[in-house]
Amino acid sequence: MSTLTAPLYRLAHGRTGDKGNRSNISVVAWRREFWPVLVEQVTEQRVAKAFAYRHPSRVARYLLPQLHAMNFVLDGVLDGGVNDALNLDSHGKALAFILLDIPISVPLTLIPLLAGTEDRTTYSTETETK
Amino acid sequence: MTEECLRVGCAAGFSGDRTDAARPVVDALIKAGGPGYLLFETLAERTLALAQLARRENPDLGFEPLLPELLRPVLADCLKHGIRIVSNFGAANPEGAARCIARLATELGLRTPRVAVVRGDDLSGPLHRTLLQRALVESAEAPSIVESMVCANAYIGAEAIAAALLDGADIVVTGRVADPSLTLGPALAHFGWAHDDWDRIARATMVGHLLECGAQVSGGYYADPGFKEIPDLAHVGFPIAEIDADGNCVITKPAGTGGRIDEHTVKEQLLYEVHDPSAYLTPDVIADLSQAEVREVGPNRVRLSGVRGHPRPGRLKVNVFCEQGWFAEAEISYAGPRAEARARLAGEVLRERLRSLGTVRVDLIGVSSVLGDDAGRWLAAQPHGDARDVRLRVAINHAVKAEAERLPREMTALYTCGPAGGGGVRTGMRQRLSTHSCFVPREAVSTSFAIAG
Repeated sequence: MSTLTAPLYRLAHGRTGDKGNRSNISVVAWRREFWPVLVEQVTEQRVAKAFAYRHPSRVARYLLPQLHAMNFVLDGVLDGGVNDALNLDSHGKALAFILLDIPISVPLTLIPLLAGTEDRTTYSTETETK
Repeated sequence: MTEECLRVGCAAGFSGDRTDAARPVVDALIKAGGPGYLLFETLAERTLALAQLARRENPDLGFEPLLPELLRPVLADCLKHGIRIVSNFGAANPEGAARCIARLATELGLRTPRVAVVRGDDLSGPLHRTLLQRALVESAEAPSIVESMVCANAYIGAEAIAAALLDGADIVVTGRVADPSLTLGPALAHFGWAHDDWDRIARATMVGHLLECGAQVSGGYYADPGFKEIPDLAHVGFPIAEIDADGNCVITKPAGTGGRIDEHTVKEQLLYEVHDPSAYLTPDVIADLSQAEVREVGPNRVRLSGVRGHPRPGRLKVNVFCEQGWFAEAEISYAGPRAEARARLAGEVLRERLRSLGTVRVDLIGVSSVLGDDAGRWLAAQPHGDARDVRLRVAINHAVKAEAERLPREMTALYTCGPAGGGGVRTGMRQRLSTHSCFVPREAVSTSFAIAG
């Protein structure tokens, strides 16, 4: 199937929360049509890779099909969290936007449904064959 | 909605939230008529420990410092229209908060409100030492920390809140309770559900979860231009839940306010700070979102249903806070040609000067300052660029205040000893707290309420 590559934020939105040294990031499909693509591509492995530089001790994904949403729980990514971290953003509030930036292969039929307008800095038009 | 719908509005989502949020919420509750409650959630994890430190300095303090500002605009109308107020703004001194409310009512020429104070969360006293030590050992924490702790508080549930409301309280003041319990308490009092009606308790608990962060369900912490447009964010409206007798709800907001409530704002908040969505633990219930449904039923009206519940946990979570040394941070700016190179050099100078202090975090605001990690792996991997307006930020933790103070001194010294053109040094220091979570048997914590005054 022919696909285009687009950043995840054109298919989904999300929010970061924190408890101690644990971060959770929701990923909510903009449309139900995107859900199978997200389930297939936004995996624990992909997310662990996106946050590899923060050395998560564990990444878990929970699926909520009826909400077309998934929840990632990342342990050990906040340098100790709000009490210990030296980061300006010790809660890790910004982390959802790392996840929302990962590239997704989008079937051509779904391209007209993508959220937002074309973003030239990240939107790739290369064609891949799967 | 049936006639017996219960309306619960939330006018604060943390200590430091807007003090003008309550007025439109109260106006909407008055206009709707029927039973209405107003919540203020003002107690994040660390807020309570900071309040305890404030109370040590002055025994009359230790509750939400903005309490008079939060209540003054709405107290008269709440008392007049029977809108009852539930809040954890008691923090480390609920009795002090109750006295503050009584003074405020007098100042405003109002009748003396019936204020209930919920007790039982505070496990800081000598009576609970052995209990805490045992719980800390079970959680692989050092039991000796109880000797120097700032405070220990259990997350208690909605029972005492509901009992106080059934006793006729106009205002219920708590210290640490689970945030959703602030909503569940009024629902229990209003609907009279059985203590083991887990599905309804779980539904009202998740209603509380949607409300507890204030504007985070109605367009706050959401807007992203071009993708997530929110009208009039500057005047974002705070949420009101219309709860039915089964615990399902419609989330809405006052007419004429900014923000937006739709399927997407609600889903983001529903999962906020949730871990396993099939087992969201509170003192009152284990809520299960596996079958939850979120549906738009009108403009700025979203229905949450389908939440299920399982019996409440046998243990209560306790947070123990200890003083843990000092945090210092300092900044300096570089601008113009080669600003980034000069800022990077300044960072290297500080790392060298502060080598003995442990981890020294270096950020280049304008290049990378937030996504990076404390160890500096992220920044090291970024290619050197030619940013022309860069602010160097450096931060450290240290157990000893005098050692932590070396950072602000070294940063200031860059004026004359650092790279060319450094300006705008700002420095800050504050005491750090450590959090230690453990669990105690529910039976070991006795909760109750007392009418103040």
